[in-house]
Amino acid sequence: MQQMVIANRLADGAVVFLAAGDRWCTWIGDGRVLDEAEAELALATARRHEAENLVVEPSLIEVTVGDDGVPRPVAIREHIRAFGPTVGDGSTRPQVAGDNR
Amino acid sequence: MYRYDEFDHRLVAERIRQFRRQVQRRLAGELTEDQFKPLRLKNGVYLQLHAYMLRINIPYGTLSSRQLRKFAEIARKYDRGFGHFTTRQNLQFHWIKLEQVPDILEELASVEVTTIQSSGNCVRNITSDQYAGVARDELADPRVYCELLRQYSVLHPEFSYLPRKFKIAVTGSPIDRAAVAVHDIGLRLHKNAAGEIGFEVLVGGGLGRTPHVAHTIRDWIEPENVLAYVESILRVYNIHGRRDNIHKARIKIIVNQMGIDRYRELVEQDYAAGGVKPLLPTDEIERIAAYFAPPDYERLEDIDDELERLAAAEPAFGRWWKNNVAPHKQPGYAIVNVSLKAPGAVPGDITADGMDALADLADRYSFGELRVSHRQNLVLPYVRQRDLHTLWRALADLGLATPNVGLMTDVIACPGLDYCSLANARSLPVARDIGMRFVDADELAAIGPMTINISGCMNACGHHHVGNIGILGVDKRGKEFFQLTLGGSSDKNASLGDRLGPGLAQEDVPDAIRAIVDTYLDLREEGERFLDTYRRVGIEPFKQAVYGSVEEAAA
Repeated sequence: MQQMVIANRLADGAVVFLAAGDRWCTWIGDGRVLDEAEAELALATARRHEAENLVVEPSLIEVTVGDDGVPRPVAIREHIRAFGPTVGDGSTRPQVAGDNR
Repeated sequence: MYRYDEFDHRLVAERIRQFRRQVQRRLAGELTEDQFKPLRLKNGVYLQLHAYMLRINIPYGTLSSRQLRKFAEIARKYDRGFGHFTTRQNLQFHWIKLEQVPDILEELASVEVTTIQSSGNCVRNITSDQYAGVARDELADPRVYCELLRQYSVLHPEFSYLPRKFKIAVTGSPIDRAAVAVHDIGLRLHKNAAGEIGFEVLVGGGLGRTPHVAHTIRDWIEPENVLAYVESILRVYNIHGRRDNIHKARIKIIVNQMGIDRYRELVEQDYAAGGVKPLLPTDEIERIAAYFAPPDYERLEDIDDELERLAAAEPAFGRWWKNNVAPHKQPGYAIVNVSLKAPGAVPGDITADGMDALADLADRYSFGELRVSHRQNLVLPYVRQRDLHTLWRALADLGLATPNVGLMTDVIACPGLDYCSLANARSLPVARDIGMRFVDADELAAIGPMTINISGCMNACGHHHVGNIGILGVDKRGKEFFQLTLGGSSDKNASLGDRLGPGLAQEDVPDAIRAIVDTYLDLREEGERFLDTYRRVGIEPFKQAVYGSVEEAAA
């Protein structure tokens, strides 16, 4: 099972994914896909960042990686968090090159 | 409309200063999320799926053009260029950054708008009839009492930590446009034989996972005693309401557990007891009433004949006039509903440009005032009948003249799983699909009055229980399904819908609605609305129509 760590950034609430080097990125394609052995360690890192007030409510989500290399969350809810609302005019979609602070 | 006095200004300014420091402490790590959450909720700040959400009160749905322009500015500057009007006459911004919230609150305060008590376990925004002050059938303007209740309940020390949220609605008309029977307290104005006004008090209504229609706890309370009586209801609830289980904490639960008679007994005991009462002397009622004095109307005559001629010449105008314009108490004037339900639109959403344009139209045609309806539309309350045709053209140019107010595509929908962290399913695509499926204006008119209400989870923000057709989104093993209910109503004879059958997949919902509509059209008798036909024939024919057709489609 492939997983990723998802959270909301504290200061602006943006959906973020844990990436290589324990950084957080806003585009899911920049995030790190974890195997089961890595997942718990990554979540522990995220919890530490939660305690350090970088993010809130980190959790592991299940993903599948498509042919384009972009991970896609299995649950609809997390899919919507990653790719934005399924209605509207596109202004609500995440930018591909998010600011990876 | 009401204008802040020095006390209001000071209270709001102090509150913002407090919250600015609380946000700073949170960002600096001096407060944990658990410590901060109740503080942000008291200020209308939620964390949702994509960002923070800010819920703004529009007390009793009355809004000035100046306030609407400020919302447009905030939408552009701090959000993504749009806002969402809700079923509680609130406005929500869904893409807010926490670090910017204190600045946004300052901007809102500059136009006398707040987010205080728009969430949390306290008395929420007091809601009312969107036609308050202008409805032809109105006995007295309910906003006077809404405003008194607002002042009374904001930061009230005794009621700042209620067991759960508390919603109050007031109507001044026999036709209930404020859904008072599904509120924790509903106040309904009546006139007695002597011509005096008083309130019927309803208690224990609500939707959510255990829906109840409210009980009348008292047939008559004089205006001067209404705050004192509401206080007694709140006090009994504060003492007896459950705090151990969030799902059993609303007043409807204890009212229905102990029975309305016992609850009434406790309230009457408290009300009869001594102590300081929040009485309302007549001069205080009159002082507040002065804020809601009618605008400077011109002396005009109704021009029905001319409007009939215009409608005959231009059927599109005729349809809009028939559906979106309501009779006004002042001769020569009309109430104009602005539909936020264009085909394919998100119910209740409006862009910043749309807000600005509507604010301009309100200035030109409606004394600079607007209203928000609990059905997620806007209202221009003071339009001269002779301006109706010009206004219609201007609204049509903005895409805001969809002639469907009160018709089946005037759908109520909560934000659902597209935004909300509580939701199980997406309500907005269902609303969109219904709007796109039923676009023929003549057919919509032939179907007549019908409400469709959609909620994305059992918390029922989309009021699905009281929709003539209710749609509830549920999650079944990771897939979205939609349960239909029929026969709900939030008007004077409020009723909860009956469940039609097993949940349907999203793509099957429009066909099911089609089947329900066709069955109704087959069975209805002269002059019946959908609700009348349903109440006469019951659920069986609809069940057969939907599950027959869906099974056939699946076969």
